[in-house]
Amino acid sequence: MQAWTLVVFLLATMAVAYHLGRKRAIVRAGGASRIKDLHSLPAYYGLYAALWAGLPALLLMGLWVGLQDQILITLVTASLPPEMLEGLSDGRVGLLINDIKNLATGNIVSMDVTPAIQVAAEQYTRLRGIFQWAMWLAVAAVAIGGLSFAWASTEPRMRARNRVEGAVKVMMIVFSSIAILTTLGIVLSVVFESLRFFDQVSPLEFFFGTRWSPQIALRADQVGASGAFGAIPLFTGTLMVSVIAMLVAVPIGLLSAIYLSEYAARRVRALAKPVIEVLAGIPTVVYGFFAALTVAPFIRSLGASLGLDVASESALAAGLVMGIMIIPFVSSLSDDVINAVPQSLRDGSYALGATQSETIRRVILPAALPGIVGGVLLAVSRAIGETMIVVMAAGLAANLTANPLDSVTTVTVQIVTLLTGDQEFDSAKTLAAFALGLTLFLVTLSLNVIALTVVRKYREQYE
Amino acid sequence: MSTMAEVIEPTAGTISAADLASSQHSRATVGDVTVADPRMTCRGVDVWYGAKQAIKGVSLDIGKHEVVSMIGPSGCGKSTFLRCLNRMNDTIDGCRVTGSIKLDDVDIYDAGLDPVPLRAQVGMVFQKPNPFPKSIYENIAYGPRIHGLTNNKAELDDLVETSLRKAGLWEEVKDRLDQPGTGLSGGQQQRLCIARTIAVSPEVILMDEPCSALDPIATAIIEELIDELREHYSIAIVTHSMQQAARVSQRTAYFHLGDLIEVGETNDIFTNPKHKLTEDYITGRFG
Repeated sequence: MQAWTLVVFLLATMAVAYHLGRKRAIVRAGGASRIKDLHSLPAYYGLYAALWAGLPALLLMGLWVGLQDQILITLVTASLPPEMLEGLSDGRVGLLINDIKNLATGNIVSMDVTPAIQVAAEQYTRLRGIFQWAMWLAVAAVAIGGLSFAWASTEPRMRARNRVEGAVKVMMIVFSSIAILTTLGIVLSVVFESLRFFDQVSPLEFFFGTRWSPQIALRADQVGASGAFGAIPLFTGTLMVSVIAMLVAVPIGLLSAIYLSEYAARRVRALAKPVIEVLAGIPTVVYGFFAALTVAPFIRSLGASLGLDVASESALAAGLVMGIMIIPFVSSLSDDVINAVPQSLRDGSYALGATQSETIRRVILPAALPGIVGGVLLAVSRAIGETMIVVMAAGLAANLTANPLDSVTTVTVQIVTLLTGDQEFDSAKTLAAFALGLTLFLVTLSLNVIALTVVRKYREQYE
Repeated sequence: MSTMAEVIEPTAGTISAADLASSQHSRATVGDVTVADPRMTCRGVDVWYGAKQAIKGVSLDIGKHEVVSMIGPSGCGKSTFLRCLNRMNDTIDGCRVTGSIKLDDVDIYDAGLDPVPLRAQVGMVFQKPNPFPKSIYENIAYGPRIHGLTNNKAELDDLVETSLRKAGLWEEVKDRLDQPGTGLSGGQQQRLCIARTIAVSPEVILMDEPCSALDPIATAIIEELIDELREHYSIAIVTHSMQQAARVSQRTAYFHLGDLIEVGETNDIFTNPKHKLTEDYITGRFG
């Protein structure tokens, strides 16, 4: 019996329970004409019955599926001849169990199949069959039991609406905690892996070292793999690319926002705003090869004609393209906050004989400034976390340089390189990715918090 | 032609038929729209919002040193008319104004005239106090700064103080000029907006229901202030409160559905209205 047939059965039971509960309530009230005697609408009694039929059974099923394998393994291990397990480490026992399971499901087995293992595998198959049947019966019994309980407790004075709404509220709390717990889980796993990294490499070296060369020697005589984890070149590279991006995005985005919200005719605005926002819809990988294949060679040949030495993958190319990608963020957020400045302030300024540009410079922009700053900070955190463009266009060499024509690398690029391909998961090289990720996360998180606080403060001013 | 004759007859005198030629469906205005010593003269003013006509052939003078109040039910066009007097309607899409509006014999809708300096001459106070989110001082200094009215900081300080004194706000705020104007009470904010308008020394001040967002005490203070300001400025005020019109104004104009129905001395209008519509409105039969 497959688990999904059980789920279908439960859904069907819930549907039946809904109708039974609804009918039962009407009958107990004394017919369709006496519905007003019921505490709640009949549908609530139906939902009440459906919840009783479905929820406890689903809970039991979830628990059963979660625990079944553990219990099975314990039982099978206990039945193995003791001399087989003698002197085996935990890891070896795990392998043995895996082999038994593989044998039982007909997969490839890593060791010679002894009669004892054959027996254990057969027992495993048999037990699992029994367990699945037992689960079917238990879950179905609970479902029917829940339905009967709801049936029995349905009477006109029962507050079905309150109970259903209470149950729905609990469900919503559970679901929202799933989102929160997932975030928490990701953060904690990153934190713990980072701690393991900092056991091997001191935080001092990581945060203040100026040499980044994460290749670690696997053998003592290996050349060119020293394993240096100074992240400063990564931080400066990230900073440089982000600064170039913001130098492009802020003026263009802000000025186009001012034009669109204050000067443009309605038809121009209706056309231009969506077109600018299309920029936000272009996949970053497209920006990436645009930067690597179009912009970077262009800058290189431009630099060559001016007698400059430009790397074929330069920070400038990556930053310019990233800036273009971020324009819609800045312009759209700025447009919103400029539009949120009340018309009465504009009127007040015009009524004093101010021109439109005076009004924009002296009244609207100062009033909108906190919101614009918030928008720019959100754009910065986006730029810092951006990966695809820099992977393709900025390069991999961890140069500590202030020259935007050089190739630089960023935190995100290094995380990608550290984790691409086959890696061992306990070497400092791999764990370094977690430390970089944690740093990145903390920086963008604090930028977002600051940005949101600033934006919220601004909102309070006019509401 | 019958409509034209009907229009011209009661307001005969200074108005020529040509002034009214563009206006098609206007009603006659009862009473004398002219004054002996006008600051602003409006003749046959029509306003359209797109295809809808909001003001129909309105003619009205605003004299020097007088308060003219404009009353009438909601949507009668009194605010629209007021906003024509400093071309604030220019900022509204699809708004079209015809007819003649003159300030000191200069046509303010002349194609060659820049509306920006005009608005310094004809200031405006709005229904809801709208101080800038700047300090009290900066709120007042805003106008003088953009028009370059003062040469140095001391002159600007003086101007800020005189403006606040004229608006009766100086004593209340002199110790906190650097605090935000938005932190004042509603009545204080409105007086701040009046002080801001005075600071650019306008000739005319337009007030669009300046007390409708204020409590009775703040209203009384503003009304007293309006009476004092009459000494230096011409004032046109739109109000929904007939008591307010009676208290602050010398002349009253009654608007109805885009028409100027009746104009006269405030006392006459309230004690002895000549037009049926005016009488109905004043006695509270509608509106």
